[in-house]
Amino acid sequence: MASLLSQLKDDIRFSEGLSACMNCGICTAVCPAAAYFDYDPRRICQLVQTGDEQDLENLLKGEEIWMCGQCLSCKARCPRGNVPGYLIQALRKLSQQSGHFIHSREGRKQIRLKRRIGHSILETGYCVHPQMVEPETHPEQGPVWVWALEQGADLYRRCGSNYYGEGEGGLRKMAPGVLDELEAIFEETGGLRFWEAIERGAEELKLNTEP
Amino acid sequence: MTPLLWKDYQKEVPDNHYFFVRSCIRQTFFPGAEAALLDILRNSLGLDVFEDRRHTTCTGIAYHCDLVPLETIMTVIARQLSLMTEAGYRHLLVSCVTSFGIYLEMLDMWQHHPEMLEQTREALWKSTRRSFELPVALVHTSDLVYHLRKPIADRSPHRLVDKSTQRALRVVDHVGCHYAKIFPAGGFGGAEFPSVLSGLAETFGGEMVDYPERRHCCGFGFRHYLLQENRGYSLSNSRIKFESMEAFAPDLILTNCPGCNMFLDRWQYTLAEMSGKTYDREGKGIPVLSHEELAALMLGRDPWTLGLQMHQVQLEPLLDKIGIAYQARQKYSMLAGAASLPGEPSVLKVSFQ
Repeated sequence: MASLLSQLKDDIRFSEGLSACMNCGICTAVCPAAAYFDYDPRRICQLVQTGDEQDLENLLKGEEIWMCGQCLSCKARCPRGNVPGYLIQALRKLSQQSGHFIHSREGRKQIRLKRRIGHSILETGYCVHPQMVEPETHPEQGPVWVWALEQGADLYRRCGSNYYGEGEGGLRKMAPGVLDELEAIFEETGGLRFWEAIERGAEELKLNTEP
Repeated sequence: MTPLLWKDYQKEVPDNHYFFVRSCIRQTFFPGAEAALLDILRNSLGLDVFEDRRHTTCTGIAYHCDLVPLETIMTVIARQLSLMTEAGYRHLLVSCVTSFGIYLEMLDMWQHHPEMLEQTREALWKSTRRSFELPVALVHTSDLVYHLRKPIADRSPHRLVDKSTQRALRVVDHVGCHYAKIFPAGGFGGAEFPSVLSGLAETFGGEMVDYPERRHCCGFGFRHYLLQENRGYSLSNSRIKFESMEAFAPDLILTNCPGCNMFLDRWQYTLAEMSGKTYDREGKGIPVLSHEELAALMLGRDPWTLGLQMHQVQLEPLLDKIGIAYQARQKYSMLAGAASLPGEPSVLKVSFQ
């Protein structure tokens, strides 16, 4: 089986994201996630650059790679043009493909995200749409959001939206064939196989219900 | 040291003929903003802006949650471009800042790795029998509003000035991270000198405040906001920004990213509920507007058709300062007639109190 390092190198974001890190730590200094979590992109760049297989396996099984918020402030500031945020994307992909993600609490949450955001893409054509943002799980949206959902089409159409209607405009129901094209793209490019890997992890955890 | 050349921080924006792609987040939380933008571009300025109903999400939110492989999102983007190509357009106009960053990233990858462009063409053909051309111009809607700021201001009956005192209104901006932090050459002012919003506000007569945490992320964090138990990350980052801007007593927070617009509005409510604190002096919060919402207001569009009643922080204090007339009774009326009122927050003051 190919080494973890060679599998990482197969991801174009790995070569785009790391050429010669000098471990100055600017990425960590500017990183919002490093200020909030026990997370250090400088350390991750160092580990990945060293290429030790055991260190890489520990990263893929651990919590740290899931802390990045993908703001990519690191890309703007790295004096060497490295992108720790791209490395995180490559590490997270490999963690899920290899099944290592189920060893971390944050990694296991990918199952829930896949079933919610991922499935929404192929079922509706949107990553997010109003009826997904239930007030019960989104108290931060405030009473105005409860009201907006209660008004539904009346409010949205007043504001020029199509709100799940047939035809043109914002929040329109996708035209016939559109979702079939999206699914065909996911099938052809490995998106569905990637989701199967996540579900294999769920199966291994015997998580047949919402985790 | 290489001298700074201001022209390096400028961006070429075509004057006309755009293919428009929408934002999942803006359609969800601020539906009036996209409708107003299209109305302004087409009807006020007479531009040709085309939308194909077959376009979809770019999958960018899922991509940054690491749920969609690179090859997949590349091909979804290629499908959007095929619709643009089919319609005869080469200027792509993008509503969402996450999407804008995604398009920039795919174009950059295709430039650096032409073999990936060929693989994407092949994957798109096999899956959909579609083909595509690359865009000549990739433009965020805030780029276009900035580009058109003078014609918009010339048509505007309003100024960003307190009508009763003639004081320029204080504006803090928040440019979405993916607008120019990933690909600085893709945005006005790059990552270091963001001018896409400040230039707009100043054209309308506002006074920009350069607050210390101006460039800090709003805290979306993709997976962190979408997972309820991780949402403290998002809240805490927005709080850093509010604490930083508070001392300057801003009249308005101006954004160009739909997610940032929503977070900077909603987290003010949440922080008020959690801590009892608001970041203005009257307990009403700091109003938040996106570039399209501001442009629409300045052009005299009705605030309630624009959907400003869907903001949790109320906009009336700002409208009153500018002198924008509105019908308070129409705020919560629907097409079918009067509707119920929203609930009242415990701390944040709303207009019908």
